[in-house]
Amino acid sequence: MLHIINKSPLDRNSLDTVLTTAVGDGAILLIEDGVYAATKGNAYEPKLKAAMAKFKVYALQADLEARGIADRVTDGVTTVDYAGFVDLVANNKTNQSWL
Amino acid sequence: MSDIKKFMFVNRKAPYGTIYALESLEVVLIAAAFDQNCSMAFLDDGVYQLKKGHQTKGIEVKGFEKTYGALEDYDIEKLYVDQESLAARGLTAEDLCVPVEVVSRAELGKLMEEQDVLLSF
Amino acid sequence: MKFSIVVNEGPYTHQASDSAYHFTKAVLAKGHEVFRVFFYHDGVNNATRLTTPPQDDRNIVSRWSKLAQGSELDMVVCVAAAQRRGIVDEGEAKRNGKDATNLAPGFRISGLGQLIEAGIQADRIVVFGD
Repeated sequence: MLHIINKSPLDRNSLDTVLTTAVGDGAILLIEDGVYAATKGNAYEPKLKAAMAKFKVYALQADLEARGIADRVTDGVTTVDYAGFVDLVANNKTNQSWL
Repeated sequence: MSDIKKFMFVNRKAPYGTIYALESLEVVLIAAAFDQNCSMAFLDDGVYQLKKGHQTKGIEVKGFEKTYGALEDYDIEKLYVDQESLAARGLTAEDLCVPVEVVSRAELGKLMEEQDVLLSF
Repeated sequence: MKFSIVVNEGPYTHQASDSAYHFTKAVLAKGHEVFRVFFYHDGVNNATRLTTPPQDDRNIVSRWSKLAQGSELDMVVCVAAAQRRGIVDEGEAKRNGKDATNLAPGFRISGLGQLIEAGIQADRIVVFGD
């Protein structure tokens, strides 16, 4: 299952909720303000790194670039373009946008 | 492909502050009319939707607490509420306006994996 | 594969409609089918043809209209949400005694059943919102 997060983890708890609710082996895609979770030095970085043991983490490249943070993506996070976003949705039987 | 799918409506927002709680109810009733297998999940501030005793006269907005009670007439009997979210808000199942199934986050995560369609509000 | 897309927020305030647009374009570019794009809540505001952004800004509404025209997209606006927010086509204007219409080309107004049908018929449904 794919979990789509569009909120900064320092503003809202959607990523926290995913990490405590979702069954492992899933994928997390960070889009819009969600991409801030995938930046080096962010207070959320240790939590995201711990989550990588359970989830494959992706971030949308266009949203990273728009926010000037494409050069500080946390190691282990895979960046995708919109085509990659489509593939993630297609390759997971279900998805949930954590609005 | 079967025409009956498992729909789960995921509610994470408090009522009245935004319209999402009301719209979620509208959609679940329509989905039930389409004879789909429907459930609702309440977690985070979404559990506040079920807090009993809404008095909306003062804000001049139509209250919709009663609609939760009518859900079982539409065969929507599966209302899952996250235990952790209730506890974090000082609530128990007795504070809620309808009977629900209180589940752990792990159980809720598993239930989500079993769905065909997840709609979030 | 068949996709449905749901847009829950209006244009210009939230990024949701932009994200949904880029996603929908990518779905089509990959050769998938888009069963329906459903506009709900404030998302119905993506369907007013009266939108006039500054010249150096994207026109979110006409962008959707053009995509619909080029790809025969079925773009459905929730009727109850549209009525609340003054998104009107000719049928709605007649029914509710309104003196104007503002539904942009490529959009149609219909009921919430269309959202459920989008969930039933599509292999994947993706929600964009706040």
